[in-house]
Amino acid sequence: MSPRFEPISGRYLHVELLDKPHRLYVEEAGQGVPLLCLHTAGSDARQYRALMNDKRITANFRVIAFDMPWHGKSSPPAGWQGVEYQLTSSDYMRMILEVVDALELDSPVAMGCSIGGRIVLHLAHEYPERFRALIGLESAAHTEAYYDLSWLDRPDVHGGMVCAGVVSGLVAPIAPTVHRWETLWHYMQSGPGVFKGDLNFYMIDGDIRDRVDKIDIERCPLFLLTGEYDYSCTSEGTLDIARRTGASATIMRGLGHFPMSEDPEKFISYLLPVLEKIREQ
Amino acid sequence: MIDKIAGLVNADIRLVRRGRFVTTTFMIVIDDTYTLLRVEEGRITKVAPGPFITPDYSFCLRASRKVWEKFWEPLPPLGYTDIFALVKQKLMRVEGDLHPFMANLLYFKDVIAAPRLEAKR
Repeated sequence: MSPRFEPISGRYLHVELLDKPHRLYVEEAGQGVPLLCLHTAGSDARQYRALMNDKRITANFRVIAFDMPWHGKSSPPAGWQGVEYQLTSSDYMRMILEVVDALELDSPVAMGCSIGGRIVLHLAHEYPERFRALIGLESAAHTEAYYDLSWLDRPDVHGGMVCAGVVSGLVAPIAPTVHRWETLWHYMQSGPGVFKGDLNFYMIDGDIRDRVDKIDIERCPLFLLTGEYDYSCTSEGTLDIARRTGASATIMRGLGHFPMSEDPEKFISYLLPVLEKIREQ
Repeated sequence: MIDKIAGLVNADIRLVRRGRFVTTTFMIVIDDTYTLLRVEEGRITKVAPGPFITPDYSFCLRASRKVWEKFWEPLPPLGYTDIFALVKQKLMRVEGDLHPFMANLLYFKDVIAAPRLEAKR
């Protein structure tokens, strides 16, 4: 019997990001319109595996997902041991554009979840001409901290366990058990302080409430998909962006904050019509 | 519901194992009804109803009866599925020495939600 491989290929890309050399882990599958997928805070590109295994998507889209530096198999840049990792809006945007350039992607679609769902709003505002379309999963213009972030990175609390514990309630209560715990496993594997560093963007630096009205969806179409059980990026927050920008928004029933990994089948049923609209553009 | 927690937790060997390093006393407040729960190596060994003059505990979870009842439904309504969902909406307060709670968050989340299992029966 021949080995059963998935159609996903993973490689290390050597790329200069934020003026430093990086060895970035990139996975992809499919062909056609480039669909660049951005993972959530404190996790990695494994969240998008189901999309890369779905022929309905990969027949027309080249699905690409990379582990951000510090995440998954993309190590931090040399010298990380003397640095506190803190993600900012400007670094995050610049990094995405540098990855797009390094991969020579021509007018890709970018789709991000949570912090990724926030950064697509920044991209829609500042770089709409670089993208064919933007898809925000669990997008809100701002999220207030609802617990003390210092718990996420201290030596007397297990970082993996507390990060998974914090996000566990964001998974829909009806999500399939196997996918819930796979999603949490990614959080348990995150490096020390990385989730907290990402939340610097999510809860502090990345607040875009004052610029949402300036997003012009004529320059780049914006689609928003949010799980009804997400209490971090709420349905109200997403619908507010839609109201202020004219973007298309759908509240996904039975899903939470990690739709693509907590219940891939259900999520893909919401994503396919969006991808179809983008193809028809 | 609160009187069911000990039996439900102690019968769940995977949950007891997850809490095997937890030894503390915490408090649940429902309206103005106080209950102390003693945990020893992941097992609930004592559930003591108040009132108390000088309660001794590490942390406390405080919410109205209406909120707790929704939280303990087998499938809670939107916004009531998780402790942090309640905290974010200011429907619950988590107070005191939070170290045992945060260091064992997955354990305590399941302990506190245990009455949902009873409601499912």
